[in-house]
Amino acid sequence: MRIIVENVAYTYKAGSPFEAQALKDINLTIEPGEFVGLIGHTGSGKSTLVQHLNGLLLPTEGNVYVGDLDVVSNKGNLRQIRQRVGLVFQYPEHQLFEETVFNDVAFGPKNLGLEPGEIERRVKRALEMVRLDYETIKDRSPFALSGGQMRRVAIAGVLAMEPQILILDEPTAGLDPTGRDEILEEIAKMHSTLGITVVLVSHNMEDVARYANRVIVMDQGQIAMDGSPREIFSQVDQLQSLGLGVPMVGVLMAKLNSLGHNLRGDILTVEEASNEILMWLRGKKDA
Amino acid sequence: MIQVSELEHCYNQGTENAKWAVAGVNLTIKDGEFVVIIGHNGSGKSTLAKHFNALLLPTKGSVLVDGFDTGAEESVWEIRRRVGMVFQNPDNQLVATTVEEDVAFGPENLGLPPQEIRNRVDEALDLVRMTDFKTREPHLLSGGQKQRVAIAGVIAMRPNFLVLDEPTAMLDPQGRKEVISTVQNLNKTEGLGVVHITHYMDEAVNADRVIVMEDGKIVLEGKPREVFAQVSKLKELRMDVPQMTELASLLRQRGVDLPKDILSVEEMVKSLCG
Repeated sequence: MRIIVENVAYTYKAGSPFEAQALKDINLTIEPGEFVGLIGHTGSGKSTLVQHLNGLLLPTEGNVYVGDLDVVSNKGNLRQIRQRVGLVFQYPEHQLFEETVFNDVAFGPKNLGLEPGEIERRVKRALEMVRLDYETIKDRSPFALSGGQMRRVAIAGVLAMEPQILILDEPTAGLDPTGRDEILEEIAKMHSTLGITVVLVSHNMEDVARYANRVIVMDQGQIAMDGSPREIFSQVDQLQSLGLGVPMVGVLMAKLNSLGHNLRGDILTVEEASNEILMWLRGKKDA
Repeated sequence: MIQVSELEHCYNQGTENAKWAVAGVNLTIKDGEFVVIIGHNGSGKSTLAKHFNALLLPTKGSVLVDGFDTGAEESVWEIRRRVGMVFQNPDNQLVATTVEEDVAFGPENLGLPPQEIRNRVDEALDLVRMTDFKTREPHLLSGGQKQRVAIAGVIAMRPNFLVLDEPTAMLDPQGRKEVISTVQNLNKTEGLGVVHITHYMDEAVNADRVIVMEDGKIVLEGKPREVFAQVSKLKELRMDVPQMTELASLLRQRGVDLPKDILSVEEMVKSLCG
C-alpha cells in the first residue's frame, strides 16, 4: 500500500502568538515494502510528519493518501487508516495500562470487534514477532517486566492491529546495546518476511545506515535530502551542516579523500570500510 | 575518596526472587577522578552506583565516602552532601516552579543563610550555563537543559562527587552533547569527581578510567584506550566498540600494521597516511 503526502503544510497553534509552522509544502511518496530511515535534529519536523501518516494530525494544507483513502475526506472516520498505518511512539511502554500482557496487546483488536479466537491468534502472533514467549508472558503484569520487555509488549500492541505500514519513532531510545540490536533485528525481520513498509525515525545514523534502503533528511519543516543510504551518508559536509552526525566510517573516507586520496565515499559499515582501505593500501603498494 | 570493599548486594534476599546484583566489587575512586561505568541492563552498574551515596546499603562488604561508612545511619547526611546523584529521566527530578527555586531546594534544606543560598544558586547555574533560564519554568526546558538544571541542583550542595546514572539515555544528540560537555567542564575546572554510568561508548573516550561490568562484577578496567583495544572481549560482552577501534582491529586481522588503541578518525588518518 502506497502513501502519498501531497503539498502538506502544518502549523501548530495557528492564529495564536505561539504559532509555529512545523511542516512546509511536503511532497513525498513511500512505496509498499520500503524501509525508510527518517532523520533530522530535534524540531526538524520529523515527528510532526509521521503523525500525519495515520491521521493523528491533520494537515493545515494539502492531503495524505494511504492506499485509496485520504485523511482529509475521512477525517470523521480515521479508523480504517489507523488500521493500515501502525504508529509506535517514543517510549511506548509509558502507554501500557492493562493488568496483563494479553489484555494490553489485545486492546486494539478488541476495539475492532474481532472474534475471541481471532484476537487470541493476533496476540500470539504479535508477541511471537517481538520474540516474547506467549505462554510464559501472557498473564504477567506488563509493569513487572524489564524495560526492554515492556517496550516489546507495547510494539506488539501495534502489530496486533496487523498494519501494512509500521512507523516507529525512536524505538530504541534508552535501551542498552543488546536491547537496541534485538529490536532492530526484529523490525528488519518483520520488514523482510511480512513485506510491510517500515518508517524508522532515529537519531542513530549507524542504525539507519545499516537497515534502511531509503533515507529522508528533514530540516526546518522541509525535506532537505532524500536518497539511498549510500547517496545520503556520503554527503558528510551537508549532513554536518544540518547538525547531524555521520557514521564515523563515512567521516574517515571523506577525510582521506580531502587529503587527495581516492576512496569510495559511500561507505556504510565497518566491514565495507576495511575492504575499501585494504584495496586502497594494496593499490598504493603496487603503484 | 570513595572506597568500595568486597561489596555484594542482594535484592529480595531470603526469598525465591533473590538476585545478587553486585557480586564482589572492589573499587577506589579518587578525588577529582572521572570514571565511566559501562555494562548492560542488569549488569549491576546502577546498583553499584546507588551505594556511593547510601541510597542502597551493602548486603556484604562496605562503602566508605571520605572515611564515612554508608552503613552508619548517622553518616547518611554527611555522605549525601558529598556525593550527589543525577538520574536518567529529566522529567522526574525537578520539583519547583522556576529553575532557580529548583536549584535552591537542596541548599535551603541545609538551613543556609539566604545570601549564601543566593550565591550558591547563581554559581551553580553559571557553571552549567543556565543562568539565562533562571526564572523559567523547568517543564518548558529541553531534555538537555533539564538535566543541566538537575546537575546544578547537585552542584549547589558543593559535593566532592557527582554520580550520573545514564543521564543522557533519554536525550537527543544535542542534549547529550550539552550534558557531557557540562560534566567534563565541571571535572576539569572545578576538580569535581565524576562517576558516569552510560551505554554510550563514545561518552567514555575522555574518561580517566573505564570500568565494564557484567553479572555484578567488574570484568574490564583501565584507561579508555586499554579497554577499547580489547575489541573481541567487548564484542563477546555484546558491548559497542567505537567504529574506528573496530575498523583498526579488522584491518590488523587482515595484516595491516596499525596501533591497537585507535579511538578517533584523526588517529586513524594519521596511522594510515603517516
